[in-house]
Amino acid sequence: MRISDVTLTATLTFAVLATTAFAAAHSDKALKSAVDARRAQMQLISYNTGVLGDMAKGDIPFDTATARAAAANLNAAARLDRSLTWVAGTEQGRVEGARAKPAVWTDAAGFEAKFTALQTAAAAMETAAGADLAAIQAAMEDLGGACKACHDDYRGPKN
Amino acid sequence: MAGGLARRIGWAGAVIVAAVAVAGLVATRPGTVAGDWSLPGDARAGELVFHAGGCASCHAAPGAEGDAMRLLSGGLGFTSAFGTFYAPNISPHPDAGIGDWTVAQFARAVMAGVSPEGQHYYPVFPYAAYRHMTKADLRDLFAFMRGLPASDAPSRAHDVSFPFSIRRGIGIWKRLYVRDDFVVSGDLTEAAARGRYLVEALAHCGECHTPRNVLGGLRRDAWLGGGPNPAGKGKIPDITPAALEWSQDDLVAYFTTGLTPDYDSVGGEMADVVDNLSRLPKDDLEAIAAYLKIVPPVH
Repeated sequence: MRISDVTLTATLTFAVLATTAFAAAHSDKALKSAVDARRAQMQLISYNTGVLGDMAKGDIPFDTATARAAAANLNAAARLDRSLTWVAGTEQGRVEGARAKPAVWTDAAGFEAKFTALQTAAAAMETAAGADLAAIQAAMEDLGGACKACHDDYRGPKN
Repeated sequence: MAGGLARRIGWAGAVIVAAVAVAGLVATRPGTVAGDWSLPGDARAGELVFHAGGCASCHAAPGAEGDAMRLLSGGLGFTSAFGTFYAPNISPHPDAGIGDWTVAQFARAVMAGVSPEGQHYYPVFPYAAYRHMTKADLRDLFAFMRGLPASDAPSRAHDVSFPFSIRRGIGIWKRLYVRDDFVVSGDLTEAAARGRYLVEALAHCGECHTPRNVLGGLRRDAWLGGGPNPAGKGKIPDITPAALEWSQDDLVAYFTTGLTPDYDSVGGEMADVVDNLSRLPKDDLEAIAAYLKIVPPVH
């Protein structure tokens, strides 16, 4: 009698836990996809910034067509609609790979302002890429500053 | 009283007790900084010393950005194994800040870690690094800080537990860990020597990037070798040639833009450091990079 009580309790507990885990795993899939998508956006920004940065540093030769293409990609990537990727419930610790601080949602206006600053810096880079290497070097500082300013407040430490 | 003590432990014992007490008082005595402070400082040159020294990163109000960082009202908390320290108001306010200090008092505070009242400051204030500052830089820094806006915000008392709450004891710590010589010695190029001055004296990089012993002293044998983050999460990286694979150009670009060679951006406390470094002339950033390449590798 006592043993079957224990067994029943254990079985019920396991069943409840398993159901919860399944439900969590199910909704996590959509959230994980959203996080993957925004990380891909960041990767696009980083890659194209890298082309421009390597030119600015003199690691690769300056080439107007390449610089223009990279700056255009960068500016486009910075302007993707964020409502589908920075969805609620995807902060660091809740979804694998996420590094967004809760402040992205609790201080949405501040986050928006920092992202707008990135778009402004990316647009300035597009103009600079049509000019010359010196203009790109100067624009790099503002662009890096825009990345840093947002990451400082809204991105958590490495996972 | 002394006679009673002597009867119990004997005169020889009393002499030893007295000698230990005197030695203790001498060992913990607040130091001074000799120098001719009558020469005028150059506030414009002092602005670079201010940024290289990272003064605003700790002494501006928590969360301040941009021009608001010129108001050195203090208040930022620093957690450690010894308690929580709060950065004081160092604005030129005559009562709440340091507006009534002389340049000699300022020099003693910054380079010897001693207040105008003769009290030791806790080494959370990186005077062990600033000790190496040139007198000209110190005068210029003082002249620059005179021109910053004043704040009447009162300084918050540190929250430190016994026995670390006895400030006199810091005198012993200073005898053990405050040194007059640079860590990296030998024949240095002009750039590396300038970099050594920037890293070891002004920017106080070692305060975070060098591991500490149990008493909180920097381990000079593992200089810039990285270690656990005293403020909590994560690790502070080894920036000796054993681990730092970035080229000198990569380093200068990082100090200027905050972007790593993989085009990720600087994070955490280092973001504030890059804010400061990016205001320095390119020659100085190249000098820091040159120095980091000749630091002994720490594995």
